[in-house]
Amino acid sequence: MAQMNMIDAIRSAHDVVMAKDPNVVVLGEDVGYFGGVFRCTDGLQRKYGEHRVLDAPIAEGGIIAAAIGMGVNGLRPVAEIQFADYIYPGFDQVASELARLRYRTCGDYFSPVTIRTPCGGGIRGGQTHSQSPEGIFTHVSGITTVMPSNPYDAKGLLISAIESDDPVVFFEPKRIYNGPFDGDPNKPAVPWTTHPKGEVPEDYFTVPLGIADIVKPGSELTIITYGTLVHVAQAAARLTGVDAEIIDVRTLAPLDVSTLADSVCKTGRCLIAHEATRFSGFGAELAATVQENCFYSLEAPIERVAGWDTPYPHAFEWQYFPGQKRIAAGIRKVMEAQ
Amino acid sequence: MTNRSRLHIPQPSARPGDEPDFSYLNLSPAGSVERPAADARTREIEHLSVELIRVLDDDHRAQGSWNPALEPAALQVALRWLLLTRAYDERMWQIQRQGRISFYMQSTGEEAVSIGQAMALRPGDMCFPSYRNQGLYLYRGSKLVDMMCQCLSNTGDMCKGRQMPIMYHNRDANIFSISGNLATQYPHAVGWAMASAIKGEDHISASWVGDGSTAEADFHHALTFAAIYQAPVILNVVNNQWAISTFQGFAGGERRPFAARGLGLGIPGIRVDGNDLLAVYAATTWAAERARRGGGPTLIEHVTYRGGAHSTSDDPTKYRPKDEWLEFPLGDPLERLKNHLIGEGHWSEEEHESVQAEMRDKVQVAWKEAQKQGTMTEGPYLDPATMFDDVFVETPQHLEMQRQQMLDLES
Repeated sequence: MAQMNMIDAIRSAHDVVMAKDPNVVVLGEDVGYFGGVFRCTDGLQRKYGEHRVLDAPIAEGGIIAAAIGMGVNGLRPVAEIQFADYIYPGFDQVASELARLRYRTCGDYFSPVTIRTPCGGGIRGGQTHSQSPEGIFTHVSGITTVMPSNPYDAKGLLISAIESDDPVVFFEPKRIYNGPFDGDPNKPAVPWTTHPKGEVPEDYFTVPLGIADIVKPGSELTIITYGTLVHVAQAAARLTGVDAEIIDVRTLAPLDVSTLADSVCKTGRCLIAHEATRFSGFGAELAATVQENCFYSLEAPIERVAGWDTPYPHAFEWQYFPGQKRIAAGIRKVMEAQ
Repeated sequence: MTNRSRLHIPQPSARPGDEPDFSYLNLSPAGSVERPAADARTREIEHLSVELIRVLDDDHRAQGSWNPALEPAALQVALRWLLLTRAYDERMWQIQRQGRISFYMQSTGEEAVSIGQAMALRPGDMCFPSYRNQGLYLYRGSKLVDMMCQCLSNTGDMCKGRQMPIMYHNRDANIFSISGNLATQYPHAVGWAMASAIKGEDHISASWVGDGSTAEADFHHALTFAAIYQAPVILNVVNNQWAISTFQGFAGGERRPFAARGLGLGIPGIRVDGNDLLAVYAATTWAAERARRGGGPTLIEHVTYRGGAHSTSDDPTKYRPKDEWLEFPLGDPLERLKNHLIGEGHWSEEEHESVQAEMRDKVQVAWKEAQKQGTMTEGPYLDPATMFDDVFVETPQHLEMQRQQMLDLES
């Protein structure tokens, strides 16, 4: 085992898979010589060469489209979109082409592309470097949508994603690249060395796609969340003293319904938290799923805590971010409901 | 110049009721453009994007250094493919008009692009077609019956009823799947070609878009990536003058030819008479050789004319002169190749009529065969339960549940 932060873990996942499979190639803006603006591909070009780690022009639609073509020709491309906020020019290629290629050709053609992209706020990124657009992708049939919350999962899930023959959009919450973040920006940063999931095997291993993780068992309330808020929710639960069961969804689509449903049926109360905007957000799907599966076990209305339905404002980041206070208030509301 | 800005609204040279006017087309005499070496520097051959490469002259004789000097037998075969493509289109159009398929798109008038290029490519080369490349499918081995079954969405449909008519694919023939979203396949071809080079193979790829779709971002992504990495790809713009109701000026074709779009990136552009199968073949052979020898991409503009409606849902008499095609100075690609072969003494009106009839029969036989696998009104029918397959490699739980819900309601 080694100590890794999420960046190390993601880089290690690339390294392990590239060593194993010569068809794995990496492309994206600044990913080659420089190793990526967040350093997730640092050293890979030196190790695997310029034909396998390609610096790409600033054209997200082109990066994703070229990756699709490469995948059709037998390669296994990993495309980095520098910020999730920049992914929209490539959305047509994801929704209209990548997601449906297997379907429209009945399996005759497919392209096993993985798109990695840093998402989420809390880094003073304003509206163009803070978004969490995962709900746009979970709405597209045929896409596997993943968001890890720690280095161990990041490596294991990314290896599974790259090896999957289905296309995967892999969101990396950049606020927790360097350490778990409990939602309090005034506290000193905590490194991953303080967290058990900062221990990551150096060799090949996988974390299966499509399986949620019960981060902390509990009996009074189920908190369903993912990404950075997995850590914020734990801190918020401690703040309230409520014995919450905290579930890290990890793979948003296809969704592990039974883990969520079993938990809420057990606790009878449910709070859903994500950083993305609330209206039509992925939390709405989670709430509907819980309601369908657990209605007669519910003792209180399902509560959602999410980003406000505004763009992510630069100066009011901590009023916008669904931090401990908001999640704690949500927990109290669910617990107090009769 | 005036002392204020004003918008320019492009206007076609003729509207319904007007005399067709193709004076805007810059036409070079056949044989007047020299064929450079395949490794010529782009800056030395920029004129190829403005002039028009033509081999067949007005008397149907092959002229100049672009003459590929194909054997008469090869040209007879080419003519047969052109005739088959047209016979297929004519019959499928009628079939749609009879309400027996939901939709169809003809390639009438631009068949030489698909057939000429298919002849110039190798079987291992990958094609990323647009929706007017049916000749490409036929030439590379797609069976008429299979294509008809696709249009019928019947039990023989390669797409299992998941795609509109004409959106074929053929993995065995190395032809990609047609998308209704225009130009999306263009950068795929570049990515495919990049992979070919990464793997050290000498296969190249080719893709096609219409003049209208050159306005899409995907077109520009494709050119940019192809230029940067010098991908072995042939990027074709089939300039058939019309994108549904908007003429090629609405894609920016008024001031510079589409072939010149790549010059700013150092991609050579070739403007070719798209209705001259010999010229199309020659230009493609040149570009393929260049790509295979590490010379990178070529952009080929095929100047042609959309002889039919955009699709069965379109009525071109509402926006262009009815007889415009008849006045198109580059004529009809079938007639031109036929007249060339007759002029050379390798074909006759009788042979032509006989082959035409043979192709129509082939199409008719195939149509009868295709209908046995189901029509819109008579079985056998596709199993609707299959609609949940192939969304993912393994069907996830929620889709299995939805399949069951659908089946419960249907039973």
